[in-house]
Amino acid sequence: MRKDSFLYRVYDLYADGFRSMRLGRTLWAIILIKLFIIFVVLKLFFFPNFLKTHAAGDEPAFVASEILERSLP
Amino acid sequence: MLQNLFLNIDAGTIDWSRAQFALTAIYHWLFVPLTLGLAVIMGIVETYYYRTKDEFWKTAAQFWQKLFGVNFAMGVATGIILEFEFGTNWSNYSWFVGDIFGAPLAVEGIVAFFMESTFVAVMFFGWKKVSPGFHLASTWLTGLGATISAWWILVANAWMQYPVGCEFNPDTMRNEMVSFAEVALSPFAVSKFCHTVTSAWIIGAVFCVGVCCWYLMKKRDTKLAIESMKIGAWVGLIGALLAGMTGHKSAQDVAAVQPMKLAAMEALYNGGTDVGLTAVAWVNPFVQPDYANEESAPLKIEMPYALSFMATNDIHGFVPGINDILNGYTTPDGKVEPSIDEKIERGKKAIAALAAYRQAKFNSSDDGTTTAYQLSVLKENMPYFGYGYIKDKNDIVPFIPVNFWSFRIMVGLGCLFILFFAIVLAGLYKFPKVLWKKRSIENLPAWHYWVAIALIPLGYIASESGWLVAEFGRQPWTIQDMLPTWAAVSDLNAGSVALTFFLFLFLFTLMLAVEINILLKQIKKGPDSE
Repeated sequence: MRKDSFLYRVYDLYADGFRSMRLGRTLWAIILIKLFIIFVVLKLFFFPNFLKTHAAGDEPAFVASEILERSLP
Repeated sequence: MLQNLFLNIDAGTIDWSRAQFALTAIYHWLFVPLTLGLAVIMGIVETYYYRTKDEFWKTAAQFWQKLFGVNFAMGVATGIILEFEFGTNWSNYSWFVGDIFGAPLAVEGIVAFFMESTFVAVMFFGWKKVSPGFHLASTWLTGLGATISAWWILVANAWMQYPVGCEFNPDTMRNEMVSFAEVALSPFAVSKFCHTVTSAWIIGAVFCVGVCCWYLMKKRDTKLAIESMKIGAWVGLIGALLAGMTGHKSAQDVAAVQPMKLAAMEALYNGGTDVGLTAVAWVNPFVQPDYANEESAPLKIEMPYALSFMATNDIHGFVPGINDILNGYTTPDGKVEPSIDEKIERGKKAIAALAAYRQAKFNSSDDGTTTAYQLSVLKENMPYFGYGYIKDKNDIVPFIPVNFWSFRIMVGLGCLFILFFAIVLAGLYKFPKVLWKKRSIENLPAWHYWVAIALIPLGYIASESGWLVAEFGRQPWTIQDMLPTWAAVSDLNAGSVALTFFLFLFLFTLMLAVEINILLKQIKKGPDSE
């Protein structure tokens, strides 16, 4: 790839930038840990999609029954 | 409030779900305003560099960008947890709002990902790789990307406060967008955006001035401190004045769309014309006042006509109080607002029509007459749909003390910041000269600097108080007049929601401690480190 091509310059920007990071490494480590906690731990174990697990594919009917039932005295 | 209801769902589930959402939103909002505020400051600093080519400004720009980067990295993805909570804890709500809520959030996600991540990379990695002009543009575009993200989030929030541009589809049980422009350019969203963003500039500015004061106190990096402080103080003063002006417009929107919120903010039990704005009154912070029997809050000191002006732009304007809204009222121009009892009746009609419609729709013997009739009843009463869930009219009165005191904290601190930034600027430009003859801003007694540093947390308190007013004030609604919290929440076990609440509390506290620690370390290292 030619060094003056757009794609190489984009690659070089990121590659060189990541290589020369110091504080950035700590911040990236924190970001990755945080993303792992959010998407793997929290999402998988604590935040299931409630409708997917309860509505059996018929969300309108499920939500209707939930919402209408809660209006009853 | 909830003890008055005969709920078909565990009250604990509602309360814990609300608490968890509030905790996450408050935590998320610790990072966003500093991002928006510092974006302006670092943009201005780099613009100085671009114009002067003085290496001092480059160092200053890199320093503020470094602090911006720490805050940005710590805030990344904290908002996503709110979306998880929508799907798990607020599933009825999530389904009911349909794509109206999803569309702005999707746009926000795309903008945030592509715009911010692209230009953030150029801003941090591109000093030696791109031209100064392109780098400057990237710095400003990073801030613009964050601000545009805030726009879409606030559009989604504004829709909950003032649902426009939508139509309810009883077949899909969702609100469907009929006008993207109405949703995206709702006057409520515009006011909210302007007020929120300008208030975020205050936080960026107060942070900047506070950090600069710490350097002055330590007698180091004085030039950076003085020059940055000038920029910070100007941004802060302009931001605070604009926040006041946009707050006035926001108050008018609230008066028009959510009069109960305004009445709660003011502890205005009985309204009228020529209404004064309460400067201070005794409203017990822990007890809902007896608004039905009291004429007004005790020990009230008010600014004559100011509430009428704030709400209507007319010093003689009519502002309804809590009792007016509960019992119905007629404005001086003849507009009749029904009582809450009447709205409850109409809401029940809407819900009954929805039930009958759905039953008839799926009953093959219906020739279409019943569905058409029920649909017309539903459409006629849909604006009051949510009132069908209200068992007692007093349930639509939010907790007054939180609204009353949060509003006063926000406005009081806003005024304090105007004064503060004006004094800082006076010190920086030695105005009036007679006062600054024998002293300069870099040689003040230490307590002056400590005051400035102590204002940093107050900036956050002001901003979070604004959100408390916005969100507590619209209780019990998740969507104004359409869906109360107890219809919106998922039928979860309260204990599991409480568990995740405390899990978040631990995680958020830990992450906040880490962020503050890294920020303080970088401030101590100063502009000459990486």
